[in-house]
Amino acid sequence: MLIPHPLLGLRDAQEFVYLGDASLLNRPDGMAEGAAEAFGDYVYLRDNPAGVHRELWFHEQGDRSWLVVTRDTTTHEILGAELARDVALAAKGGAA
Amino acid sequence: MKGVLMRFSGFRVFKEALSGHKGWAPLWRNPDPQPEYDYVIVGGGGHGLATAYYLATTFRKSRIALLERGWLGQGNIGRNTTIIRSNYLLPGNEPFYEFSMKLWEGMEQAFNFNAMVSQRGILNLIHTDGQRDAYRRRGNAMLLAGADAELLDVAQVREMAPFLNFDNARFPIKGGLMQRRAGTARHDGVAWGYARGADLAGVDLIQNCEVTGFRIEEGRVRGVETSRGSIGAQKVGVAVAGNSSRVMALAGMRLPIESHALQAFVSEGLKPTIPGVITFGAGHFYVSQSDKGGLVFGGDIEGYNSYAQRGNLPTVEDVAEGGMALMPMIGRARLLRSWGGLMDMSMDGSPIIDKTPIEGLMLNAGWCYGGFKATPASGYCFAHLLATDTPHPTARALRLDRFARGYVIDEKGVGATPNLH
Repeated sequence: MLIPHPLLGLRDAQEFVYLGDASLLNRPDGMAEGAAEAFGDYVYLRDNPAGVHRELWFHEQGDRSWLVVTRDTTTHEILGAELARDVALAAKGGAA
Repeated sequence: MKGVLMRFSGFRVFKEALSGHKGWAPLWRNPDPQPEYDYVIVGGGGHGLATAYYLATTFRKSRIALLERGWLGQGNIGRNTTIIRSNYLLPGNEPFYEFSMKLWEGMEQAFNFNAMVSQRGILNLIHTDGQRDAYRRRGNAMLLAGADAELLDVAQVREMAPFLNFDNARFPIKGGLMQRRAGTARHDGVAWGYARGADLAGVDLIQNCEVTGFRIEEGRVRGVETSRGSIGAQKVGVAVAGNSSRVMALAGMRLPIESHALQAFVSEGLKPTIPGVITFGAGHFYVSQSDKGGLVFGGDIEGYNSYAQRGNLPTVEDVAEGGMALMPMIGRARLLRSWGGLMDMSMDGSPIIDKTPIEGLMLNAGWCYGGFKATPASGYCFAHLLATDTPHPTARALRLDRFARGYVIDEKGVGATPNLH
């Protein structure tokens, strides 16, 4: 698999380490009401879809950036990649 | 054809050979679904078939249907490396796997079918002092649970497997943990034996019947919607490892599971050379030799979510490197076939046999890449849960809520990272 790194172009997936579902970017508030349940869900539960999946890859043997890669889990086709930093900031409503 | 009781025996084989093999009948019926059952089991793989078998025989239940999307034994029961063993460490796991080992030892007599269970032993190699300590502890845990375990020194390993690379600079072999009762079994034969046994006990094995939804009323399951119509049920047991997340999503549940692809390989047929199963944990490579002579081996999962039932070439290379490091002679053997299957990788590397928050709906899932050896106990314990509403004593720890409650069973101690288990 080749991952289209937004800064470095096509890179071999072997250079990356896989973490999993991109929802891991949305860490719950540890001080909020029901935080224990929210963290139980956050740490252990996954959607695990057959089809398009947004997931975190770390470019360990490259520029050491985190990417959000969109990939089809039924074909392994990679549909796109963004810097995880941009995704996280956009979710918070800030500028990249 | 219904009710045909066909017993297998040496005499029968002899008689059929003399009469042109005209007397063999199909091993099971091919019934249409009834509108209502007491028990519906979703998934016609090894675990589903074993569940149906024990539910009908040991627990004497009737009105049971097993629904399979494709054909029986289509999934991982037909795509594994056929290893059976009970060499686990943790108290939540080891008694369960030892129970499974004991069922393996008696299953062929029980269901009168040759599953080619061969207790040729498994050898886990030791490379460092630290690993020897860990394996000694594991061996003691196995003995405490009633299993067998033996710590071998390097001379004993050399006698058993002289072809190993004992003087590898990075991973020199210093000994091994041996379980002599472990071994291999004919994986398809296991599925067929359970299927035939379940059919003879009156279970409707319904193929080409995909579950498309659950009928849930007031928090209680009432049946399933399928590609062959609606089927009512008092209790529904789901055993569809690889696709557990997809099926349970139909009931509105999210699971502590990711699906990953695992590859396995077989070489051309060679003369008998490997005495049992040998595992090289440091490089994650495991190998045995089939009765046909092919070396059957595998390694790590691919490491990213996948429903593709195939892997990629970097893992092939990685497995081949593991093989070369362990037994350089493997380099002269040609690879005949490779294939992939879908693993229910759970968040602690251990399985789930439990009720769900939906009354009457029960789940058997999360087998990672160790499901084959568990087939008999998984079926027995799941049938126990379905029949009695209480967990079997050896499966009490395999709860669905253990993650949120902090009672994970993490043999490797790597936490909620499914691709590292």
